Amino acid sequence: MTLSMLYGEPRVITVGAQVLGEALDRQAVPRREVGWRPPLPGTAPALARVLADPRRESANATAVGRMLAARPMLTGVRPAREALGLAAGEFFHAGPPISWERASGPMRGALVGAMLFEGLAATPEEAEDRLASGAGITLDSCHHHRTVGPMAGLVSPSMWMLEVTDAEHGGTAYCSLNEGLGKVLRYGAYGPEVIERLRWMGEVLGPVLAAAVERCGPLDLRTLIAQALQMGDELHNRNRAATSLLVREIAPAIVEAAPDHAAEVLRFINGNDHFFLNAGMAAAKVSADAARGVPGSSLVVAMARNGTDFGIQVSGLGDRWFTGPAGVPDGLYLGGYGPDDANPDIGDSTITETTGLGGFAMAAAPAIVRFVGGEVSDAVAATTSMYEITLAEHPAYQIPGLGFRGTPVGIDVALVARTGLLPVVNTGIAGRVAGTGQVGAGLVSPPAEAFTAALDALCDV
Amino acid sequence: MNDLVEVRPGVYRDSVTLMRVSRTLTERPGVSVAVVAMATELNLGLARDLGFAVPPATPGDLLVAVRAGSPAELEDAAAELERQLAAREQTGGAPGGEAPPRTTRSAARAFEASLALVSVPGEHAFAEALDAVEAGLSVMIFSDNMPVEQEILLKDRARARGVLVMGPDCGTAVVSGAGLGFANVLRPGHVGVVAASGTGAQQVTSLLDLAGVGVSHVLGVGGRDLSAEVGGRSAVQALRALDDDPATELIVLVSKPPAPEVARAVRDLDLATPVVGALLGPGQDDLTTAAEKVLRALGRDVPEWPSWPAPTHRTEASGPRRALRGLYAGGTLCTEAALVAGTGEFTDFGDDAYTRGRAHPMIDPALRLEALRGVASGVVLMDVVLGHGADPDPSTWLAPAVRDAVDRGVDVVVAVVGTDGDPQGLRAQAARLNAAGAAVFTSNAAAARHARLLAGG
Repeated sequence: MTLSMLYGEPRVITVGAQVLGEALDRQAVPRREVGWRPPLPGTAPALARVLADPRRESANATAVGRMLAARPMLTGVRPAREALGLAAGEFFHAGPPISWERASGPMRGALVGAMLFEGLAATPEEAEDRLASGAGITLDSCHHHRTVGPMAGLVSPSMWMLEVTDAEHGGTAYCSLNEGLGKVLRYGAYGPEVIERLRWMGEVLGPVLAAAVERCGPLDLRTLIAQALQMGDELHNRNRAATSLLVREIAPAIVEAAPDHAAEVLRFINGNDHFFLNAGMAAAKVSADAARGVPGSSLVVAMARNGTDFGIQVSGLGDRWFTGPAGVPDGLYLGGYGPDDANPDIGDSTITETTGLGGFAMAAAPAIVRFVGGEVSDAVAATTSMYEITLAEHPAYQIPGLGFRGTPVGIDVALVARTGLLPVVNTGIAGRVAGTGQVGAGLVSPPAEAFTAALDALCDV
Repeated sequence: MNDLVEVRPGVYRDSVTLMRVSRTLTERPGVSVAVVAMATELNLGLARDLGFAVPPATPGDLLVAVRAGSPAELEDAAAELERQLAAREQTGGAPGGEAPPRTTRSAARAFEASLALVSVPGEHAFAEALDAVEAGLSVMIFSDNMPVEQEILLKDRARARGVLVMGPDCGTAVVSGAGLGFANVLRPGHVGVVAASGTGAQQVTSLLDLAGVGVSHVLGVGGRDLSAEVGGRSAVQALRALDDDPATELIVLVSKPPAPEVARAVRDLDLATPVVGALLGPGQDDLTTAAEKVLRALGRDVPEWPSWPAPTHRTEASGPRRALRGLYAGGTLCTEAALVAGTGEFTDFGDDAYTRGRAHPMIDPALRLEALRGVASGVVLMDVVLGHGADPDPSTWLAPAVRDAVDRGVDVVVAVVGTDGDPQGLRAQAARLNAAGAAVFTSNAAAARHARLLAGG
């Protein structure tokens, strides 16, 4: 056999004792030193078993390959009742499954609002009583139904959903329509103006968008996201470019489809820089779902929070959730709010980080680094560090400031345990008390135990 | 008492580096104890035993415990600690102050390498070595304590990818002129070495170098490779690779005697290049004899191996038998010396039992020095291994200890394994030890024979 290292100049990667690396320096042998640290405490035995799994390498290549190859297209806008078969009294929510008893303030607030919106209660008090008794009420995780929702992520039968189809693998995913900022249901607010807006979205916005997409769709979201990244969005906390691009694509069709409502619809979309977030989340969901169910794969296919727990799902581990307590984000607060007003981390929007956007693409969005409390160099460092825990670089989603390097995609639980580096997540901050709404935005760290629990589970399959 | 006790979460340095920092601090005026180590149970216990009030910590944290005579001296030591830690910040040779890669996998993506050198603690070595193999790189695993099933798995995956796993517990290698691990500076030449024994290979290649014969490559395979369990997986690959290498005209296989079925498999390999075995064991040639066989096979003269004699305390040839104590850093050298001497009490300080929680005796001489100081009479036989990675100047600490031992009436015999090219300087080290009263040999077997003679009986 021919052993390539015997020919040509030796170039060495060193990992471990510095003294051995320095001996190479004295011989002028080119080398790169690994900044090695011990893995997360207690994970060494599980890591050895998971890494030895003969399926792992090709399973991960297959899984992340599917995530990268997905071609999400916006194909329709439909009521949840019809698209998801939701019946009266059924609600989907963000994050891993949760009961009313364990639900946090904003999750409870959103549920109360959804009850009022669906006409299942006349007053917030009545809604709370019914939710607490549980009679005629069914709660389930959005992720169990090909769906994602930002913050509380509440989906009720009368809400209209963006439908995104993966043209490569044929999957479909759904996300609700974005309500805008301030006092909104997804942040747990349920006052009259919140319910009023939801009614308008159901009666006007949804049907108009449906008609417009039917005229001009399907819309290629992969291309749109790739462009938005190059225009300074990271697609989680900044969606200004993506929203603008979406409006450019869809405005003529809106005018044609509904001339009477076009102005109010366009004014609503233009008034909300985050309008695209929900479409981006559905695109991320359909891409992540394409990577599900590959035996032996340690790839993370969902990260989601319900305001109480932070949970992840892993390609090789079916629909099981691995959870830890949701942390309180570290960031900037609106008006007179402060950290004491903040609820623990909430929402399915971490599906963006799961597919290499959001915090993973921070280097693409220097304009918002101050918003999440940092400098441009912090944004570059955040993205750069995520290459350490991901399996691939996205071929289409590129970051100009990093020499058009692809975003880091595909979190590997084994790499998280080895490096101790946790996914960087950008997020909004909801008020702790039901009915408050948004109080800030910032960065949050997932709990390490969600990843180590998944690693342990990979040993048993 | 002026104590500084601190736990720094998430700060990591390797154990050898921290040992050097601790030693530097201990040498400061007024500092009586300095423990700078990762906060493992072992190290926390050590600090507690020394009377430090140790706060709770995890093995991922750095523990600092320093005791000084006065507050000013403590402050001084604290400042030195910061300087030391800053100087030993991992830079990784990454361009432009970039953060260093955190895994071998990510290093291999950013840097076009020909091989990887893994020396993390044994329980973590598998992950890094597997990264290298999956990136298509050969890997030397200096780490020991790797479970044998991991070794077998790595070697099978490596063979499938056409790369070589050198190790685990591989102390030395020379690849295309680069010395890895503990490596002597050897002249380039045409002898290829496949070694399941690090210091055994260092002895053979150093003697060849002294005889003017150089090496093409020295490929370590790990001490277990020729066992029945591992089945010579890497040795077979390394032999084939050297057979394929036009620069290699003769191959030396250095090992303890292999398992019989492995020996057969190796012998049955259809190689075009001649192979000389240096298989150390009872009834086998010693390493010096094996080196001489290589020279004869190459048609070279066998030189007289350099040695530096010393006066002995032994007064008459037929006097009473004296105790012989062998204090070794090299495992194979220790085995060889015990076999050749046929008598005496030998300790291999490189054995796992002595290296838990401290560096290898080729780097940290403390335990061997202590043992030498404890010998009151008779004969002491030691090795000093030179080369890259080893102690930069062993005679500075060993020569005074030798002088004290000789003054106590002890005869000291030292085998210096090294070459003229080694950074420590073979002849300078030998001369200094000789001047302190030791008889010095470049052949370990010759040193052992001399020690046996001095012990008598």
